[in-house]
Amino acid sequence: MLQTLWNSRVNCIAVILFAVGFATLLLHRNLFKKILGLNIMDTASCLLLTSMGYIEGRTAPIIVDGVTDVERYGNPLPAGLVLTGIVVSVSVTAVMLALTVKLYERYHTLDLDEIYMIARQEEGKEGEK
Amino acid sequence: MKKSNFLAWLKSWDAGEFDFTAALPKDYTDPNANAGNQDHPWKLEPVNRLEEGELRSFRKSYPFFAVVLCGIMISFLLLTVANLPTYGSADSPAHNEVMERYVEKGMEETGAVNVVAGVILDYRAFDTLGESHVLYTAATAVFILLLSLKGAGEPEQEKRIMQSDPLLKSTARIIVPLVIVYGIYVIFNGHLGPGGGFSGGAVIGGGLILYAIAFGFEPLDKFLNLKVYRIVVLCALCFYSFAKCYSFFCGANHLETIFSPGTPGMIFSAGLILPLNMAVGIVVACTMYGFYSIFQRGRI
Amino acid sequence: MDVIELMLLLLLLVCGIATCLSRNLLVSLVIFMAYSVMMSIVWVLLEAPDLAITEAAVGAGVSSVLLFLTLKKIRDIRKKVQDEKK
Repeated sequence: MLQTLWNSRVNCIAVILFAVGFATLLLHRNLFKKILGLNIMDTASCLLLTSMGYIEGRTAPIIVDGVTDVERYGNPLPAGLVLTGIVVSVSVTAVMLALTVKLYERYHTLDLDEIYMIARQEEGKEGEK
Repeated sequence: MKKSNFLAWLKSWDAGEFDFTAALPKDYTDPNANAGNQDHPWKLEPVNRLEEGELRSFRKSYPFFAVVLCGIMISFLLLTVANLPTYGSADSPAHNEVMERYVEKGMEETGAVNVVAGVILDYRAFDTLGESHVLYTAATAVFILLLSLKGAGEPEQEKRIMQSDPLLKSTARIIVPLVIVYGIYVIFNGHLGPGGGFSGGAVIGGGLILYAIAFGFEPLDKFLNLKVYRIVVLCALCFYSFAKCYSFFCGANHLETIFSPGTPGMIFSAGLILPLNMAVGIVVACTMYGFYSIFQRGRI
Repeated sequence: MDVIELMLLLLLLVCGIATCLSRNLLVSLVIFMAYSVMMSIVWVLLEAPDLAITEAAVGAGVSSVLLFLTLKKIRDIRKKVQDEKK
């Protein structure tokens, strides 16, 4: 099994990076850190997908000299899918950052627990009124 | 940055910077809090939490359990990886007849030398249309969130510092045209080599951002304000939609098009791929610059 | 080639973990930029040059600029709040 894992080491690294990103999400209460962790998870899953399209000894799917032999080129499909994923991840990051700025403007902290506590206190105050 | 600040900053590297328990700021006090570094802008803020004992013990054990959970997750995922087809093997089920068809017939049918461009802009063009709309929607959401920021506009002091920097200015003067020309090259070669609308648009957007950093927003405002942004992005998205909607009328088989694929390898070939790449590039470049502008000064 | 790939993968892992562990937001952001650039080189090795260009321009360029701007904005808001308190 160790031999198998060593042979597909890129997949292993992608999986571990995914878990590292997840750990960042869990361990930090800071919203900014959480966004970085989400980005790491994103690129890790992209890496796993891309490594599925790689075939040993074949070149990128850009046709050279008009040779359209399938034995010569890698798989173009995962690259196309991941290309979509990268751009979507940037859009998601931008929206999350805008929300973070708004939250900081409102609560003056980036700590998620603090924000939650302040919001709860404010709710309680409103309830008294 | 003042010298003392810089030293404190360097010290902050040594002081528990890589401490795992640091994720738990129970009794954590900032080591630089008394070192004349109170307004260091980018420190994680220490928070004093005085909660009940139960919650505190939960907080103490929380990082441990989180790491254990991630360890379990890693082992399960590695087990899955061991059962996946080996990395780089040609007989994995991912390489099936679809890929064979794309590689063998792709150039003939779409006219694109770069098969990836042929796949994303011809066979699966609806994917890319949706993606452009995701980008546009994200930009709209960011505008809605940040347009109403109080005190919009660049801070005066920073503007002066940035724009009086001769190093930045002269570097930008040389680099910005190169960056933008490279971006245009990447877009125009999307069907001939690696690249395409997204990467080229992002490169052009980066060039515009660099220009805005070096010379301020005024020169850019003349030709890229909110009105121009709206019109240009709307036109690009509409062109894309109309260019691809003919496949509705020919039974979703949009391979037989009135635009001939042309000679593969020429700039003006590959049917609609080049115009579509340009449309996507325009949307991406405008959106990236729009993100920067809206974050920097609250308007575009 | 194998050695380069192995080194890049290990550095990728180190950068990912360092992003998680560093306490300074600015430092972790810079490490994240390095992570993105290395990821784009790994994609060149995986024979996906389209992705490499896009990741270098989008992940390491625009996305990092946005993250930097968020930090700057947060610092501005904090300064304003501190001035108001005084």
